[in-house]
Amino acid sequence: MRKLFACVVAAVMAVTATPTLAETPRDTLVIAFQIDDIITLDPAEIFEFSGAEFAGNTYDRLIGYNHEDVSEIFGVAAESWTISDDGKTYTFKMRQGVTFPSGNPMTAEDAAFSLQRAIILDKTPAFILTQFGFTADNVADKIRATDDMTLVIETDRAYAPTFVLYCLTATISSIVDKKTVMEHEVDGDLGHKWLRTNYAGVGPFKLRQWKPNESLTLDRNDDYWGGAPAMKRVITRHIVEPATQQLLLEKGDIDIARNLGPDQLESVRSNPDLAVQDGVKGAVYYLGLSQKNEALANPKVRQALKYLVDYKGMEGTVVRDLMRVHQAFLPRGFLGALEETPYTLDVSKAKQLLADAGYPDGFKITMDTRNTSPILEMAQSIQATFGQAGVDLEIIPGDGKQTLTKYRARNHDIYIGRWGPDYQDPHTNADTFARNPDNSDDAKSKPLAWRNAWDIPQMTKMSDAAILERDPAKRAALYLEIQKAHQVTSPFVIMFQQTEVAATRADTKGFIIGPAFDDNRYHEVTKN
Amino acid sequence: MTEGVDSREPAGRGFSSLSLPRPLRLTINVIVSVALTFLGLLFVTFIIGRVVPIDPVLAIVGDRAPEHVVERVRIELGLDLPLYQQFVIYVGNVLQGDLGESVLTARPVLDDIKRVFPATLELASVATLLGVLFGIPMGVLAAVNQGRWPDQVIRVVGLLGYSIPVFWLGLMGLLLFYATWDLVPGPGRLDFIYDDMIDPVTGVILIDSAMAGEWDIFWNAVSHVILPASILGYFSLAYISRMTRSFMLEQLSQEYITTARVKGVKEWRVIWVHALGNVRIPLVTVIALSYANLLEGSVLTEIVFAWPGLGFYLTQSLLNADMNAVLGSTMVVGAVFIGINMLSDLLYKLLDPRAR
Repeated sequence: MRKLFACVVAAVMAVTATPTLAETPRDTLVIAFQIDDIITLDPAEIFEFSGAEFAGNTYDRLIGYNHEDVSEIFGVAAESWTISDDGKTYTFKMRQGVTFPSGNPMTAEDAAFSLQRAIILDKTPAFILTQFGFTADNVADKIRATDDMTLVIETDRAYAPTFVLYCLTATISSIVDKKTVMEHEVDGDLGHKWLRTNYAGVGPFKLRQWKPNESLTLDRNDDYWGGAPAMKRVITRHIVEPATQQLLLEKGDIDIARNLGPDQLESVRSNPDLAVQDGVKGAVYYLGLSQKNEALANPKVRQALKYLVDYKGMEGTVVRDLMRVHQAFLPRGFLGALEETPYTLDVSKAKQLLADAGYPDGFKITMDTRNTSPILEMAQSIQATFGQAGVDLEIIPGDGKQTLTKYRARNHDIYIGRWGPDYQDPHTNADTFARNPDNSDDAKSKPLAWRNAWDIPQMTKMSDAAILERDPAKRAALYLEIQKAHQVTSPFVIMFQQTEVAATRADTKGFIIGPAFDDNRYHEVTKN
Repeated sequence: MTEGVDSREPAGRGFSSLSLPRPLRLTINVIVSVALTFLGLLFVTFIIGRVVPIDPVLAIVGDRAPEHVVERVRIELGLDLPLYQQFVIYVGNVLQGDLGESVLTARPVLDDIKRVFPATLELASVATLLGVLFGIPMGVLAAVNQGRWPDQVIRVVGLLGYSIPVFWLGLMGLLLFYATWDLVPGPGRLDFIYDDMIDPVTGVILIDSAMAGEWDIFWNAVSHVILPASILGYFSLAYISRMTRSFMLEQLSQEYITTARVKGVKEWRVIWVHALGNVRIPLVTVIALSYANLLEGSVLTEIVFAWPGLGFYLTQSLLNADMNAVLGSTMVVGAVFIGINMLSDLLYKLLDPRAR
């Protein structure tokens, strides 16, 4: 249907005269984007893509990194920092003369409060900070302002410094205006209820209005210490339908369309008024093979299935522009990422492996698949190639939350999924793909390895050791070793790494698509 | 309190239906049956919502939450309680006017409904207006020309309206009228430069802007609503014109029509006054039903036209098992159906002397 429509659009566009152009105001950026995933604006709770993008543009953190080379870490709200010799104490000097839009000056007390608050509220992303030994009870001691401009953070062990620093660049580490937030406190909620729909931070932009499922409007912060952005206002409109986004962009009613598919991007590329830009994202797409299933628990079967995916074929068709072949759990751009891609579609090899495993005629298996593009198309391709070796794959389509509920309960055979890192350190993915401290049904921690019932005491130990290695080169070597073993033995068929693509008007420049979702920035955008 | 006021309060006297005057008894009957309908509606929705294989906690905490956070939120939502207890608590809250909070929008469900329902109301009303304005004359025309070419043409137009997916029709409408011919503006309820320039009093932009005397905004809103309303209206036009045709055919074969013609009444009068006059009563039901259907929100039209209405809100909430929002929206839909039913009953009584 969508394809057919794209063809009709192209045909009608071709035979009719160029329509008159609508235009958005010079100092206003208008974006069409699916933003219905925003369920909160409180940075202590935000864990959604669009929410993270909001926080990235409106809330400064202590430190940040270069989106083109994440190994370059620099100060943002903090001017500088030092790490003690025992590797457990981080001391930050705050930037002088920064004020919140409320007029309150930003101090080390705000920074300490923000981190303490995130840990006490203990919302979903809080684990990013609590993994360093902070609890609601000890956080007042461990994270504290020693004077107006000095913040001290004490971790429980001597972690790899970049591990700690990257976690302080995550959305949850955003700095909120303590005074404003506490003015809205109700029943000791640290202003959470209020901040879910409001704003109290400092950044290049500030919140003007959020209408759920409709629009998110940001205004420029004219007094931003890093210089005011060129755009006075950024309006993100929730436009679900990609075909509608394309029409709006072609007409000039929006400046950036964020959810176009491969066919539409092709038509955008051929239009001189429009441009396409992309950025490598950290998310990987994978198949999770449940080890509760007898066939899938056989190592040779797991190997065979890795040879039964048409990686190159999909890269050129259903996921063109959107993904690149990648077969290790650390995405490109991360410390120690393994870039080798040893697997290709090799039906005869897979058949041999299946015969060795005792399944010469293949077997029947189901795959829980969310019914959205391009996941569904990928599933169909996999179904076809599995079939070539006699593996009869039944696709069980479902809504996202529905398939996820089943996956989390370990009731699947195969799950086709996507995993994005939570912060820029390799531990974020090692923690879920290569760590499973307790494989029992009522385990406390339920990483992806647990969901697929993969019991790996040895690899768990290796992953735990890697976060304590303070030498970056040695640490990278550890991760390479884990990934190499993982690539061969794991029940994860890692297939692709995501590329985020945006179609823009040709005169709209400077939109940044960074590696994480809170790295998508508007402050350098200009329109001529 | 005076004696007079007191006598009107049924609770003040021993509640005996026999001692109550008839209008009061009728009112009580209506209230009781409406209340029971709502309770049943809530109960069924609640049960469906709780047995769907979606974990409501997921919508709040996402895929990555540690187990202790998942458990805490489960308890906060009251999901650890037995089903009947959850239901009783919910109904108790509703009776106090508290529909709860939506987890997807972080706001009270009532606020959300106040925001999304007027958008749907606006779209559905304009659509129904268009459907009636064009559907009835087309139906009459088809009936009068039964079997001849106008009938055939109207039949085809109607069938197309009924069978083309509204999604496709919407996209083609945008492609032609917006992108190619530039006759209407793009999706959304207003050009974004007018966004938040008008205070939502009723939430229906057409009414709010007219009341404020902001005619720029009014005409902008009209130009935005016209295409999606035509697409939706086309659908109800198809239905209304088919029904009008068959009602009219039935009337035109009646003896009183022949009598009128024999008496020399002008043909247009016979058709538009005598026959159509008798058709208006069943037509009211047809129009009311089609209006009520549109008021549930049309999720596909809303998606294509980025129209922030009830259909999209309800669908989103369902897919995320956001139960407060689902139950709240269901009550709105229920209220709409009950309200429109009562309204059409009332119209019956006005239009048909026998029903008085």
